[in-house]
Amino acid sequence: MSNMFFIDGQEIAFTPGQTIMDAALAAGIYIPHLCHKPGLTPQGSCKLCTVDVDGRSASACTLPATAGMKVDNNTPALQEVRKTLLQMLFVEGNHLCPTCLKSGDCTLQALGYHLGMLDGHFPPFYPLREVDASHPDVLLDRDRCIVCALCVRASREVDGKNVFAIGRRGANARLIVNSPSGKLGDSDLAADDLAAHICPVGAIMPKNHGFEVPIGRRTFDLHSVAESDVATPVTLKKTEHHDE
Amino acid sequence: MEQNQPAPNTRRIAIDPVSRVEGHGKITLLLDQDNHVQEARLHIVEFRGFEKFIQGRPYTEVPYFVQRLCGICPVSHHLAAAKAVDQIVGVDELTPSATKLRRLLHFGQVLQSHALHFFHLSSPDFLFGFGSNLAHRNIVGVLEDHPDLALKGVKLRKYGQQVIAAIAGKRIHGTAAIPGGMNKSLSNDERKVLLGDIADIIAWSQDAVALNETIHLQHPENHAFATLSTNYLGMVGSQGEMELYHGGLRARQADGSEIFDQFDYTQYGSAIREEVRNWSYMKFPYLTAIGKDKGWYRVGPLARVNLCDSIPTPLAEAARVRFRAFAGGAYVHDTLAYHWARMIEMLHCAEAIQELLNDPDITGTDLVVHGEKRAQGIGVIEAPRGTLFHHYQVNEQGLIEKANLIVSTTSNNQAMNESVRSVANHYLDGQEITEGLLNHLEVAVRAYDPCLSCATHALGKMPLQVELFSHNGELLSRATKNSDGCAVTPHPLAPSPSRGEGEQEIQSLSPSPLEGRPCKGLGAGLG
Repeated sequence: MSNMFFIDGQEIAFTPGQTIMDAALAAGIYIPHLCHKPGLTPQGSCKLCTVDVDGRSASACTLPATAGMKVDNNTPALQEVRKTLLQMLFVEGNHLCPTCLKSGDCTLQALGYHLGMLDGHFPPFYPLREVDASHPDVLLDRDRCIVCALCVRASREVDGKNVFAIGRRGANARLIVNSPSGKLGDSDLAADDLAAHICPVGAIMPKNHGFEVPIGRRTFDLHSVAESDVATPVTLKKTEHHDE
Repeated sequence: MEQNQPAPNTRRIAIDPVSRVEGHGKITLLLDQDNHVQEARLHIVEFRGFEKFIQGRPYTEVPYFVQRLCGICPVSHHLAAAKAVDQIVGVDELTPSATKLRRLLHFGQVLQSHALHFFHLSSPDFLFGFGSNLAHRNIVGVLEDHPDLALKGVKLRKYGQQVIAAIAGKRIHGTAAIPGGMNKSLSNDERKVLLGDIADIIAWSQDAVALNETIHLQHPENHAFATLSTNYLGMVGSQGEMELYHGGLRARQADGSEIFDQFDYTQYGSAIREEVRNWSYMKFPYLTAIGKDKGWYRVGPLARVNLCDSIPTPLAEAARVRFRAFAGGAYVHDTLAYHWARMIEMLHCAEAIQELLNDPDITGTDLVVHGEKRAQGIGVIEAPRGTLFHHYQVNEQGLIEKANLIVSTTSNNQAMNESVRSVANHYLDGQEITEGLLNHLEVAVRAYDPCLSCATHALGKMPLQVELFSHNGELLSRATKNSDGCAVTPHPLAPSPSRGEGEQEIQSLSPSPLEGRPCKGLGAGLG
């Protein structure tokens, strides 16, 4: 019984200190998530990994597993809650999948399909947000930012830089750039930094590329978001040419 | 005829919406007490705004953004924008494989669009009669009475869409072109599948040409129907042959005399200007060489089959020769011959698809060329409905600053209105108006295969008129926004400000005027 807990009745092993999310991913169990990537400090902001732990809601990416813990994950009620959270993320930004070059490689979009989201449900905010195209190689389109802070953590924890931060609070929270002008072009972001590639949506994208990966060969054309090998490495394939 | 103010003792009839066309438009007739037509107009009542809302977006998105203008011919917008984006990334010539893939994609597009238009939208008028039973005058009626013909039409369209899906990944709104090339080639399996059906497609296209030829020749009353003697504009290849993807522009007058030929389309701003009138969301382009009054022209299948010296595929060329012989070698001006010309083009597309599928380059994988960035790009192709212009300027960061689109249907705006007036005068004037008679007006518009959704893309330049009526129909007040964006509120019941005053310079891509900006000395803005 030691170092074992239950997800949807299935017994799972964990190492002490390991979160529910990381133990689940290690066991090949998918818990929907957007702001989590193994190896980076857990953030717990998107709340899509909400699970019921012994009758109480918790974020699987931040709560350490404990022996004998009973976790409900893949239940209709929780999937409905996650779909609602997803709808709120969609209406809060300007997510126009038909013209977004991340389409097919976007985790937000893939989760929409995975959770059976058919509309935004809530009235769209249509926020006015700034596009920052000042960097020669990387485009920052805040319309699509879901404030998951993966880029913030990747820059600090992997790239050894401090390019991004989350400014303001609550509904006004937004991605800011640590540079004298606040522009990406004045920061020390490099095109091959992890922070330039980790965005799960189309907010941080390589510039000067079209839909180079044809329909049918994009990440989520080939894989379900629920496949743990897809869920783990959140990288961009836009600069590869896949035609063979 | 083209008047703004309803005269006393008149009544207005509106055909709203015009059916069996793409998009939403309406025709209004103003009749006096004796049913004489005082005014007849085609109004385009949709509003899109693409030129405005792609401003500030990266140029890389544009080919995918603007294809959303339309669900019928998105490939046309995708390719016109892609040609412009090629120039922005400094590429003037693609690899042979990329060029041929784009051509194949375009031929598939024109084929499916032409099949849709004739079989699904227009054939009921010709098979059943313009004034026949309304409930039966549609594609379902064609399926009931002529199942073989209707199914061929459906399969022709399906084939064109299969070509598109093989290249772009989806039948509608796929991805194919990328800056400087294409994102995939055709696999051998895809090629085999498409080649498997092509013989039928060519044979059925020949049947469609023959059917339209017969209909037109056997119905002399159709020859003068909505017919106009006009200028024509279209693209031709270097030898004057029909060319739908890339070539020079040719414009000729009704008698065939030259206005310009092999004109570099990147200089289009010196050849064409656009006029704005305050009763339609669609602009009125004209050839500057002829002038605003008589410089309007027609584009599309009729223009192209008239303008080209030959068609580079044998069956379509033979059909073209018969077509021109109908007018004794002169240009065919019959508006209803648009259908005949359209089917000749469909046959040409089917033959060209076969040629390209047998070309080894079509499976080649050398697909992308790179170059040095430029500040603007202009892409022009012959879309199913006519010459399509896309013009974009980008800033140093690669974001769109200005855009101008001249969509095929826009070029036919004046001609469609003239045709509506012609039919109204000849068929409806003094008559008791019936649905069958009103359909004659729609038949005239339908001949042009207008895509009204595509044609209404301007924002900030639209004229707008708001009228306030009392409960008994008395006009109390009218507010008008001019085509230059100025808002004026004239004295209640004063005549509307002069119309047709707007004119847009294309070359300068003048920025959109401020909406609601008060005009000097003309009072407050619209709310």
